Amino acid sequence: MSLFHKKTKTDEDYYLASQWKLMARKLAHHKLARFSLVLLAILYLLALLAPFVAPYGLESYDSTYKNSKPATVHFFDEDGSFVGPYIYAMTYVNNPETFKRDWSEDTSEKYYVKLFVEGEEYKLLGIFTTNIHLYGVVGEYGGTSAKLMIFGGDSLGRDLFSRMLYGSQISLTIPLVGTLLSFIMGIILGSISGYFGGWVDDIIQRIIEVLSALPTIPLWMALSAAIPASVPVARMYLYITVIISFISWTGLARVVRGKFISLKNEEFIMAAQVAGVSSAKIMIKHMVPGFMSYLIVNLTLGIPSMIIGETSMSYLGLGMRAPATSWGVLLQETQDITSLAQYPWRLIPLAAVILTVLAFNFLGDGVRDAADPYK
Amino acid sequence: MSEQTEKKKILEIKNLTKDFPSKKVTVHAVSDVSFEVNEGETIGIVGESGCGKTTLGRCIVRAIPTTSGEVIYYPADQEAVDFLKIDKKRMKELRKDIQMIFQNPYSSLDPRMTVLDIIKEPLAANFPKMSKKEMEEKVMDIAGKVGLNVSYLKRYPHAFSGGQRQRIGIARALVINPRVIVCDEAVSALDVSIQAQVINLLKDLQSDLNLTYIFISHDLSVVEHISDKVGVMYLGRMVEFSETEALFSKPKHPYTEALMSAVPVADPEVKMERIPLEGEVPNPANPPSGCYFHTRCRYCQEKCSQAMPEFQEIEPGHFVACHYAGELSLKGFDYSKGEEKDGE
Repeated sequence: MSLFHKKTKTDEDYYLASQWKLMARKLAHHKLARFSLVLLAILYLLALLAPFVAPYGLESYDSTYKNSKPATVHFFDEDGSFVGPYIYAMTYVNNPETFKRDWSEDTSEKYYVKLFVEGEEYKLLGIFTTNIHLYGVVGEYGGTSAKLMIFGGDSLGRDLFSRMLYGSQISLTIPLVGTLLSFIMGIILGSISGYFGGWVDDIIQRIIEVLSALPTIPLWMALSAAIPASVPVARMYLYITVIISFISWTGLARVVRGKFISLKNEEFIMAAQVAGVSSAKIMIKHMVPGFMSYLIVNLTLGIPSMIIGETSMSYLGLGMRAPATSWGVLLQETQDITSLAQYPWRLIPLAAVILTVLAFNFLGDGVRDAADPYK
Repeated sequence: MSEQTEKKKILEIKNLTKDFPSKKVTVHAVSDVSFEVNEGETIGIVGESGCGKTTLGRCIVRAIPTTSGEVIYYPADQEAVDFLKIDKKRMKELRKDIQMIFQNPYSSLDPRMTVLDIIKEPLAANFPKMSKKEMEEKVMDIAGKVGLNVSYLKRYPHAFSGGQRQRIGIARALVINPRVIVCDEAVSALDVSIQAQVINLLKDLQSDLNLTYIFISHDLSVVEHISDKVGVMYLGRMVEFSETEALFSKPKHPYTEALMSAVPVADPEVKMERIPLEGEVPNPANPPSGCYFHTRCRYCQEKCSQAMPEFQEIEPGHFVACHYAGELSLKGFDYSKGEEKDGE
């Protein structure tokens, strides 16, 4: 090679690149995955900073804003000159014919949208007590009756956007815990099953078959009934997730076992055995890195199903329950036909679910393409 | 190649048998193979693909469990032991004495470890007390010996060519100072010019470090070049075992004769008389009766299909498994042809 052209820096980079570096490089070339990664990063950042980004807390409500439609943000005043973003307070009249609320704006006072506005007190990241919110509205004449609800209000007059942010703290994290747990169990049991084979393998495989034959929804129902009501809702949901992950490791264990069996016959494993390397070390140093890329693919593709699982369980009333908030809870509140017909904006959390799930799927897709950098 | 005067036994393979049982049939990959290896020698093992060469090699280094038989190992300063039966504790001490170089330089190196880590691994496994620095020095030393550029050790295997990779494999086997190395088709995956390099490297290392090789290959010219003694395998059995020259020039087994006739000579003038082997290698799960080779043997007699010939010493140091070994006069490889004369 050096005969024909001088070794460039990039060549040298490639020779010294570990598997992970090569993977990251390939992933960076996958546009959709890159975009999804950024999107997910934003979503998780929003979840982390939810109390700061959300203009209102979980408990604050305003009964005039019951089921209010999303606020209209204005930029130009009546004369058509630019004055920056502002809103008007919303008022409504009950329509006697349709029983709908007809929303209109009270144009007597402008409420300007400002950044870093003082509002309710909260603890940022659970440490700093502050009352600064990312954005909020300030009345022209000091009025306080307007609320900026960019996604509208819910049936109690709470800000849907704020609730979505708080909800994402649960909807985006508990699936991670669940997936991680089933991931660890899947790796350990799958490895043992694949590496040792024989009767150990047989027993583990039969257990997997029994577990994967259990129907999930009745199990969830039984579990949520069995856990005492005095347990805080979020923790109860965590318990359920843990128990569910004790069942959902089976698929991953099968994958790991398969990879182990194919890796076991690789010559480099035999070489390590002949060199006197112990079984545990062979597993940790050769086998697990060997299929880690596949596991990560499995992981990224497994998280969406957990998110959907959480959402559907809450939707069915088996998972989270109000006042605790998750995306599933928000959707459960829109179960009736009136909300679909009259307040369609309350389905916005559904878009968040879809977006997250798609982002994870695309990311998983990109990781799968990048997973085997030597081909 | 090595001094024939000192004949210290280092390995004694006795009736080694390896079956691969499955639900319906049992494949007899290696049956009843016995031979002796002296220190500093190179034993070539040849045979068609599927004859059990690789399995034999793997059994000897205990990479796979053996069905029956013994591999008696004579450690430098201890009593002889059966390498296949020693317990874990003894194994920890002796494991490093018998090492292996693998067939495929691509699949035998973990793509996820740097070359330094690959070569260091046997050291870390066998000398847990050695300091990191000392290990790295040893790796550098051995890498230099096998002709690897020391500055490349931080690279991953994907940055190396086949020949370089095989050198890495050799360095890995050598780093813990083994006494016996089983080379399983160590050069077959390389192209001819690199084969020569690696073979010469192996020869140099042998004289430097007093290594003993069991050199498994299907390439007769390579085996002829490197080995002191050669064993010929057919369908899991050893059919002939002798000093290289005796075996090549005066084969006693019809199968060896057929193999010899297939060795190409690098001279277009020479007209080769090939002895074609008819038919396929029989299924090792269901071997023929009597002599396993009788279905394809030109000299087959009635007796051959009925009785299994014994593997016996027909001349000093020349073992054959053929009923008519003494009677047949078989044609060997003609050393006067081609350029093989300067082989030794």
